[in-house]
Amino acid sequence: MSQAMTHQIVISGVGGQGILFITRLLAEAAILKGMSVFTSETHGMAQRGGTVVSHLKIGNFYSPLIRPLSADGLLALKAENFDQHGYFLRKGAWIVVNSDYDLKPKYDGPLFSVNADHLARKIGNPKAVNLILLGFALGVIPKISEAKRGMFCSVEDIKTVLQNRRPKENMTTSAKEKLDASLKAIEAGYNFF
Amino acid sequence: MDKRKLLMGNEAIARGLQENSCAIATSYPGTPASEILSSLAYFQQSREKSMHIQWAVNEKVAFEIAYAGSIAGLRTAVSMKQVGLNVASDPLMSAAYMGSKGGFIVISADDPGPHSSQTEQDSRLMAMMAMIPVLDPDSPRQAKDMVTLAYDLSEKFEIPVMLRPTTRVCHARQDIQLEDIHDFKRQADFKKNPTRWAATPKFRYHLHKELGKKLSAISAYPATAPVRLNSKTNSRRAIVVSGIAASHTKEVIKDLNLWEAIPIYQVLQPYPLHKQFISHLIETYDEVLVIEETTGVIEMQIADRHRVKGKLTQTVPEAGELLPEIIQEIVCGFVGIKSQPVLHPSASDRRPTLCAGCPHRASFFAIKKVVPKGILTSDIGCYTLGLNLGAVDTVLCMGAAISQAEGFYQAYKDEPKPPDIVATIGDSTFFHAGIPALIDAVVQKVPIVVVILDNRTTAMTGNQPTPATGIGVKGEPLETVDIEMLVRGCGVKFCHEVDPYEMNKLTLLLKQALAYSKNNGPSVLIARHPCLIDELQKNKLKRPIPVEVTNGCDGCGYCIDHFGCPALLLDENQKRIHIDALLCNQCGVCIQVCPKHSIKSRNKSIESKEDL
Ligand code: SF4
Ligand code: SF4
Repeated sequence: MSQAMTHQIVISGVGGQGILFITRLLAEAAILKGMSVFTSETHGMAQRGGTVVSHLKIGNFYSPLIRPLSADGLLALKAENFDQHGYFLRKGAWIVVNSDYDLKPKYDGPLFSVNADHLARKIGNPKAVNLILLGFALGVIPKISEAKRGMFCSVEDIKTVLQNRRPKENMTTSAKEKLDASLKAIEAGYNFF
Repeated sequence: MDKRKLLMGNEAIARGLQENSCAIATSYPGTPASEILSSLAYFQQSREKSMHIQWAVNEKVAFEIAYAGSIAGLRTAVSMKQVGLNVASDPLMSAAYMGSKGGFIVISADDPGPHSSQTEQDSRLMAMMAMIPVLDPDSPRQAKDMVTLAYDLSEKFEIPVMLRPTTRVCHARQDIQLEDIHDFKRQADFKKNPTRWAATPKFRYHLHKELGKKLSAISAYPATAPVRLNSKTNSRRAIVVSGIAASHTKEVIKDLNLWEAIPIYQVLQPYPLHKQFISHLIETYDEVLVIEETTGVIEMQIADRHRVKGKLTQTVPEAGELLPEIIQEIVCGFVGIKSQPVLHPSASDRRPTLCAGCPHRASFFAIKKVVPKGILTSDIGCYTLGLNLGAVDTVLCMGAAISQAEGFYQAYKDEPKPPDIVATIGDSTFFHAGIPALIDAVVQKVPIVVVILDNRTTAMTGNQPTPATGIGVKGEPLETVDIEMLVRGCGVKFCHEVDPYEMNKLTLLLKQALAYSKNNGPSVLIARHPCLIDELQKNKLKRPIPVEVTNGCDGCGYCIDHFGCPALLLDENQKRIHIDALLCNQCGVCIQVCPKHSIKSRNKSIESKEDL
């Protein structure tokens, strides 16, 4: 299969951080753009504060799982996920990590970190760490040259997906507020860099 | 128009049931199968209510309801996890003999790994034992297609058909093309035929013979025959794949550029394996590698053992999930090319724990306090995580907490100082399989304390209702069954309800229950407090108690070691506990835990829930 048309991304964190939600947003963005998509996620015990990891594969694949040394990128919602799931990455893959300390010395590829917990508190939405990190990733990854394969979708695509999730007509006020808060979190991450 | 939608495997199966006009779908929650029924309910909200969907009290009941629907001529389905099929195995074996009328699908989701199950058992072996055909989907998309295939097969041969997805199929999401759903009217038409539907042993012999004939015909049924994936290849060796392992293998073979080099066959129906296919393999190839999960079911049916490599030859590991990297190594070894062995990092995953503010933690803390040296049997559910608190000594299977407690009593009864025995069991598990055990304990007058951890839901699998909830899968109001009345109905005379957040009261009742049981047989406490996650989702958390740590805290760590709320963090440098405001759910229970009374309510007048 043509390498240029595929993307394999590992997204990890701990239960309750909303890993599955951002995985879905990305997957729906892929469908929006006419691509095929697979995601795979751990359920069950993981929901009780254990490690959660999801695999996102865009393009023509058979298997929903990413093999070690194959992923194009890692979105890590906890700094420790870097040690846990770094083995999935191919050489030169990007890492976007939520961390309050510098991880650069530990990795020789493109690595971008942001203290998303801090940023989330700052915008008054402490649970939105996932969306902030996603926004941040969409901001920084295109900065890596196209040849090394960046992201398959833009921040606008993700916003469209978020907006399409509910029909605009009869949206309740609380749903509207939630949507606005989500968009704001994405923006905050995106503009951070 | 692009009619593709991102569907989880379980949603895809649900969609398949709808597209095929399934009239009755039943289930008991269990990972990885739970979302099949809940997505059916979700999809149905906008449609006519032509389908009956329900959670049953256990898998056996679920099976029997759906089966009766089938013999009344309707298309039906029952879904469960693999160990649930153990519970439903009794009706399964007989239903196979009697056969079905309307298409009947038994969906049993396996969990190689296991990720969240007691065993890695292969449901396809159950299909083999019951003598029914089983289909093995490789992806969410194929799972949906196989629903159609299963209904056709079931109706053509009047036989229950098993659909066996695995965790990776159930929980993967894929873009899937949707077909139309047609509204239909349920038209039951049960044709009485007691020789078949109430067959005596003598007639069962004939049914058994008939079943054998059906199976033989099914092993020649074209629609479910194995598929050759690459027709142009030529080799003395071939690879046979099935289920999710087929998907992994296909990708590995593509990436290794072997697609043109080695013939690959995908088996859709692992049992009964098509007879012609078996002959073809043996006549054509010197060596056949079979890659399947979890047991070598296909492998076993290929008669010429010398040619087959798989689980039985240890070419493929017999336990654990077949991850794609493992398959890559196996394939490389089979075709004789070098592969780098994959190193997994040793970094350990986070251990799952009970949520901050979980009422179970309070119950376990009290139990440990009252019976520090007792034997503590437990059961299947979130509360299995009481392990971390040293409050769970055994977990066997659904309902075993009470019967195991009984067994421990019998084992120790002649000792001079038999241990205290406390069984913990969740509300849903109690309904599912705890009741017969409790009746037995009453009859035998066994001195145990049973604590029913009643959080008003089936939390572990995603908060499905229990018979005490009075709500159906679609949110419709239903009748409720009262646990206390049930317990008393089993013959228990000491039965009290208590909120575990009220630690002192719970401790006192535990002591009384223990004393009572010594002379009178089992006593029961119903520790009732709604699951916090459920409450949070419904936005109705009651009476939050914000807490703070005062200067009295010397960092002794007692609260962490014995209570272990994840929101309590020990600062080694400052020798003091901190409360993680993000995690804390303001249950206020830790106030009652600290022996130095150093955790206080920020609302000064409240010491604990008991003051409310
Ligand atoms: S809060 Fe209480 S129990 Fe916990 S460390 Fe401090 S003094 Fe010890
Ligand atoms: S109040 Fe105490 S026990 Fe309850 S969640 Fe917060 S820290 Fe944990």
